[in-house]
Amino acid sequence: MFGDSIFAAMSVLLFTIIVLLGAFLAGLLGSLTGLGGGVIIIPLLTLVLGVDLHYAIGASIISVIATSSGSAAAYVKEGITNIRIGMFLEVATTISAIIGAIITVFIDPSYIAITFGLILLFSAVMMVRKKIDRSDNDTSGKLAVFFKLNGTYPTANGVQKYAVHHVLGGFVMMFLAGIISGLLGIGSGALKVIAMDNIMRMPFKVSTTTSNFMMGVTAAASAIVYLHRGQIDPGIAMPVSLGVMLGATVGSKILVRTKTDKLKVIFAVVVTFLAFQMIYNGLTGRL
Amino acid sequence: MSKENKNFFADQDIQIILGTLLRVGVIASMAVVFTGGVVYLFLNHSEVVDYSKFDAGRSGFSSLEAIFKGLKTMNGGAIIQFGVLLLIFTPIARVVFSIFSFLIERDYLYVVIGLFVLCIILISLSNKLAG
Repeated sequence: MFGDSIFAAMSVLLFTIIVLLGAFLAGLLGSLTGLGGGVIIIPLLTLVLGVDLHYAIGASIISVIATSSGSAAAYVKEGITNIRIGMFLEVATTISAIIGAIITVFIDPSYIAITFGLILLFSAVMMVRKKIDRSDNDTSGKLAVFFKLNGTYPTANGVQKYAVHHVLGGFVMMFLAGIISGLLGIGSGALKVIAMDNIMRMPFKVSTTTSNFMMGVTAAASAIVYLHRGQIDPGIAMPVSLGVMLGATVGSKILVRTKTDKLKVIFAVVVTFLAFQMIYNGLTGRL
Repeated sequence: MSKENKNFFADQDIQIILGTLLRVGVIASMAVVFTGGVVYLFLNHSEVVDYSKFDAGRSGFSSLEAIFKGLKTMNGGAIIQFGVLLLIFTPIARVVFSIFSFLIERDYLYVVIGLFVLCIILISLSNKLAG
């Protein structure tokens, strides 16, 4: 493979610098487009630098914890995050993330690469697709009332109430998102958005911040399994977490005064290309 | 004053503390990872890296005991892994804090849900699942 030839003689210093720069870019673009850093850092490590997929997954999950906790800190203070919904759905995502992290070593890396590619494609579509806010304050189901999931959030026109629908469906979808997260070492935000926006019909602001809030715990649950297995190597985790975190911080600073529509389209093309690369390498058994 | 109003204010305090907890956790862990990175680069910068094959025993810092042992000798890799541990514990600390805040609010249903989430994570921590 092309990556192997440059990789063979690389020193720790050079490797660290390249990964640091790549992770910075991944964090920056991930925060500007809302896609997260994992979707870029894993292809960078595996396709370009020839790092084994298991190490890439371990490093990526660490960056997911860092970025989601960092941005959750800002969101949670604004009172948009629904902590009860987060806690309730974490029951599903922590169990499934651990299951995903356990089974990931028993699955042929080729299949993981193909699954990763498919999730990338799906995320790219989700990113450019026009979103429709379907939230309302109609009567919600019994489960939403029992678990006290209905809430309020601050808007420009004062505090807005919303009702949560299809709790069971959302819970099942979150379980799936958790498995994917544990299996691939990504936040799987695209699947969480499906669960919260489309199934549970929460307002955008609440679903985005709450999904982000949950991501840290979900990722921590699988990260522990990865750590014990030796998948988190300090030499990779260090530049990846520092780079992604720096990039995400810079990204969130410039996000407020940047139009991201065009960037999202360009980024979707890049992600689609990476997706096909991952699938191709998976099919030919190179990963 | 209605009950809903009271809860709203309590929730706001909790949200501010939660936000601070998360921020401090992330900054502290990143500072530790950075420190470990400096030590690691200083001592190992010219070594040749090879991550092309996964080897479970390679880093040697894959358990709490091994990481703390490595910390005593100021090993760069161990310091980085300790920072990673702090980062992993940040959202877990958030769950613990949430449980207490639900306890103060007397929302026992959510105390139970929170404890359940915590138990799942503790089972994962027991190091029987890595396979």
